Amino acid sequence: MASFEETGPRTPVVEPTRVDKVHPRAKLGKSIRVILTVIVTFIMIIPVVVMIMTAFKSRADIVTPPPKVFFQPTLEGFLYLFTDRSVLSPANLEAERANPGNLNYWQKLALSVGQQINGPSDYVGRLKNSVIIAGTSTILSVILGLFAAYAFSRFKISGKDDLLFFILSTRMLPGVVVTIPLFLLYKQLTWNDTHIGMIVLYTVFNLSFSVWLLKGFIDEIPIEYEEAALVDGYTRLQAFFRIVLPQAVNGIAATTVFCLIFAWNEYAFALMLTSEKARTAPPSIATMLGSGGLEWSAIAAGSLGFLIPVAIVTFVLRDYLLRGVTFGAVRK
Amino acid sequence: MSARVSDYVGPHPKAHQRHLSNRAIVNLFIWPTLLLLILMNVFPLFYSLYLGFTNYSAIAQKAPVWIAFQNFSKILNDKNLWQYFATTGRYALLSVSLQVLVGFSLAMLVREKFKGNGILTTLILIPMMISPVVVGLFWKLMYNPTFGFFNALLGFSDPSRSPDWLASRIAGQPMPGLALIAVVIVDVWMWAPFVMLLVLSGLKAIPDYLYEAAAVDRASSWFQFWRITLPQVAPLLLIAILFRTIEAFKSFDLVMGMTGGGPGVQTELISVDLYRIAFLGQFRTGYGSALAYIILIIIIAISNLYIKYLNKSKGEG
Repeated sequence: MASFEETGPRTPVVEPTRVDKVHPRAKLGKSIRVILTVIVTFIMIIPVVVMIMTAFKSRADIVTPPPKVFFQPTLEGFLYLFTDRSVLSPANLEAERANPGNLNYWQKLALSVGQQINGPSDYVGRLKNSVIIAGTSTILSVILGLFAAYAFSRFKISGKDDLLFFILSTRMLPGVVVTIPLFLLYKQLTWNDTHIGMIVLYTVFNLSFSVWLLKGFIDEIPIEYEEAALVDGYTRLQAFFRIVLPQAVNGIAATTVFCLIFAWNEYAFALMLTSEKARTAPPSIATMLGSGGLEWSAIAAGSLGFLIPVAIVTFVLRDYLLRGVTFGAVRK
Repeated sequence: MSARVSDYVGPHPKAHQRHLSNRAIVNLFIWPTLLLLILMNVFPLFYSLYLGFTNYSAIAQKAPVWIAFQNFSKILNDKNLWQYFATTGRYALLSVSLQVLVGFSLAMLVREKFKGNGILTTLILIPMMISPVVVGLFWKLMYNPTFGFFNALLGFSDPSRSPDWLASRIAGQPMPGLALIAVVIVDVWMWAPFVMLLVLSGLKAIPDYLYEAAAVDRASSWFQFWRITLPQVAPLLLIAILFRTIEAFKSFDLVMGMTGGGPGVQTELISVDLYRIAFLGQFRTGYGSALAYIILIIIIAISNLYIKYLNKSKGEG
């Protein structure tokens, strides 16, 4: 180590040494590129920024032209989103305003727009549905997908390519095509508008994806590890659980998150197959009606709930994103 | 390829009775998945093919009656449906080509690493991960002619003289096609990052020596782009195009969130209309199933190209 330091360069060479990259003109080109990238990125995320701002605007600030960039932030949007309110009559309003003593923050906020809170809104229940349905279906499709992916990756299966193609092709189907018969099938099973119906549907919806993605990850685990384990007297199943699973943890995590996002974002099936009991958040966010049209701040507040997890996930998964969006067909 | 463990067929030296054979494991591992897919995808597929030949309605209390090809001939003779197909085609063509253009440029921009490159790329990628219906909704707000940001950013200050995108009007005058363009803009905003991601991975895989050789030969950067960059990235670009084309024909969420097909039928994509026929108020299940099948055939044709390409590239690699 020491002798290497003596003979090597004082500082590591980080700049490219090719003449076409260190030439002043190339360097100027690079700074132009960086500036351009920053500008473009900024333009691309404007809608996202607008959404975040809208979530914290008051109703008046949202609908007053021209659109405001600076405003007094408020949590009104979240109030509209999560609570069921009724308008107070002027007399009651006076009475309530006279002694605001034992009101909590949200009740005071409601009072400031002349309303009182009656209870949680439908959206709370729908969010709960979303969590239950997306969560359960994701776990199921990853577990099933893992087994199938392992079998496809490690064993000779007759007609393997055809089976894999069949699995992938189910994902290419336009949702509406299968929804009509499923709607009828579910009617027979009395599964329409139930959690179980949506869980099964989303599990299958994500299954093709999880098989393909996980197969890609398992393919990359050297088969020699299992061979060694088998020679050591492990059974196939033991080798799978103790050798392969720990090696595939990253892949499993990435697949889980992708499935979760798909199920969490899904709209078309939920719109057509649920109405009250099992309706998830995406279709209900679209119908956030206030007095006189859409309640923009509530929609924005609700969208924020979709935006933040997605932003975090995108950042965490950035290395796997390419695989994820192409069903594992393209790897880095 | 070296011999696989799975080729080993003799008994395991320490085989116990609970030791499952490889065959049993394979069956145990893949059949639950296959059964679910068959039950939830293949069965519905055949069922809806059958329904396509009937006059069934899901809310009527009548059994389906076989009417042979009446639904299909009605669809093929329906001028409105042809118009929706044309709208969908226009939408697909416009948005996919713009996505390729924008996505490619973005990839060229962030191609070489610089400080903060990772964060910028992540920010650009966020749109495609958001629920399309949510994207549709918040762009509806962006496009609002009086208090939306879109017009304000374009420099229109007077609401009465600026375009009302989703209503296809400019300064009160009807301007057909504007709403479709508005939807295309959002689709490009959302999915150009997808193209960027694919192109970027293609760009990273280009061996450096190709450019070095070109530099030695004093090839212009224009020449390098056409003769090295583009051909090397082309396969991935093709994947992106096929993927996005399939999605465009399935496109439903975004349009429902933004325009619901309006104004009039200007953004009525075929999937949106299918939803209207099969569910919304009409419940013409048989007719809808027939239409669904026609859409399916178009998508299968496109997917086949995609799969064929995938198999080919796998064969090479």
